Amino acid sequence: MSYEVNGATIEHDEEGYITTLSDWTKDLADVIAKAEEVDMNSEHWEVVNFLRDYYEEYQIAPAVRVLIKAVKKSMGPEKGNNKYMYELFPYGPAKQACKIAGLPKPTGCV
Amino acid sequence: MADNIKKFLYVNRRAPYGTIYALEALEVVLIGAAFDQDVSLAFFDDGVFQLTKGQNTEEIGVKNFSPTFRALGDYDVTKLYVEQESLDERGLTAADLQEITYEDEDDDWAEKPSLKIVSRAELSDIMADQDVVLSF
Amino acid sequence: MSTLHTVNKSPFATNALASCLNHAKDGDTILLIEDGVYGAATGTTLADTVTAKVGALSICVLSGDISARGIDQKRLIKGVTSVDYTGFVKLAASHDRSQAWL
Repeated sequence: MSYEVNGATIEHDEEGYITTLSDWTKDLADVIAKAEEVDMNSEHWEVVNFLRDYYEEYQIAPAVRVLIKAVKKSMGPEKGNNKYMYELFPYGPAKQACKIAGLPKPTGCV
Repeated sequence: MADNIKKFLYVNRRAPYGTIYALEALEVVLIGAAFDQDVSLAFFDDGVFQLTKGQNTEEIGVKNFSPTFRALGDYDVTKLYVEQESLDERGLTAADLQEITYEDEDDDWAEKPSLKIVSRAELSDIMADQDVVLSF
Repeated sequence: MSTLHTVNKSPFATNALASCLNHAKDGDTILLIEDGVYGAATGTTLADTVTAKVGALSICVLSGDISARGIDQKRLIKGVTSVDYTGFVKLAASHDRSQAWL
């Protein structure tokens, strides 16, 4: 199972999370987003970049409620709420955005 | 606190990396945090080694999970008890440990330390006060 | 004739290091690896026992295991040397046998 991006083949698991985190590029993010039927705009990117920074700092993909709380703290309540985040990522802001960000499945998502 | 909330203590007595216990315990804590219980962690014996600063696992090719302890506050896990005697026996002081903090929602998001250094006697009391103790 | 001893358990969790120190012959090498490297730090309850053996025994630690655990080189007991994986192989080759203290 793999994504094709710029002639390269990037392996992913059965749920679509890439297996080698260092394989991630912005072009790959666009390919994963397309597979997820997410049309990436600057608001999506803001969340994806936030998640990558969070992972870089804590070595963990946060659970959804942790993500929303952290977004609220960093970008304010108009973005750090369920409605805004689920509109951007209808199949789950943590799961879907982590996948696009090239991170593992969030810890604490059962 | 509601009646159905129980006091859970995760006991960490193993060094990181040599065995899988430390990492597994941390994952269980993160997953368990979803259940809104009164959670605390105890670090004693070799468990205190999990919290040391400056870990770099590049050469041994395993994931450095020590930064994840600093995310526990986001998961509302804010009580990490560290036993003084265990530090002493291992030539460590509080200054050798990472700084781990949380933001107190009830106090205007003031940043407060999550690590609490306690004596062996205090830790005994903490353990005896729990509803559930999970050992790793 | 000399032996390379490897100890991979924390000296605070098992008596592998203590027993190894008690049995190793002068001229042998003890290489501390994995959680064994905690035995090479100063200021611990075991530091005096280990320090007393430095000289008669050559005591080494695996550098990657030291870094992983955040042990600064400055905290190593005087006379303990740090080796990388290549050094590990050289030690194995330069001794007559190796003995793992599990």
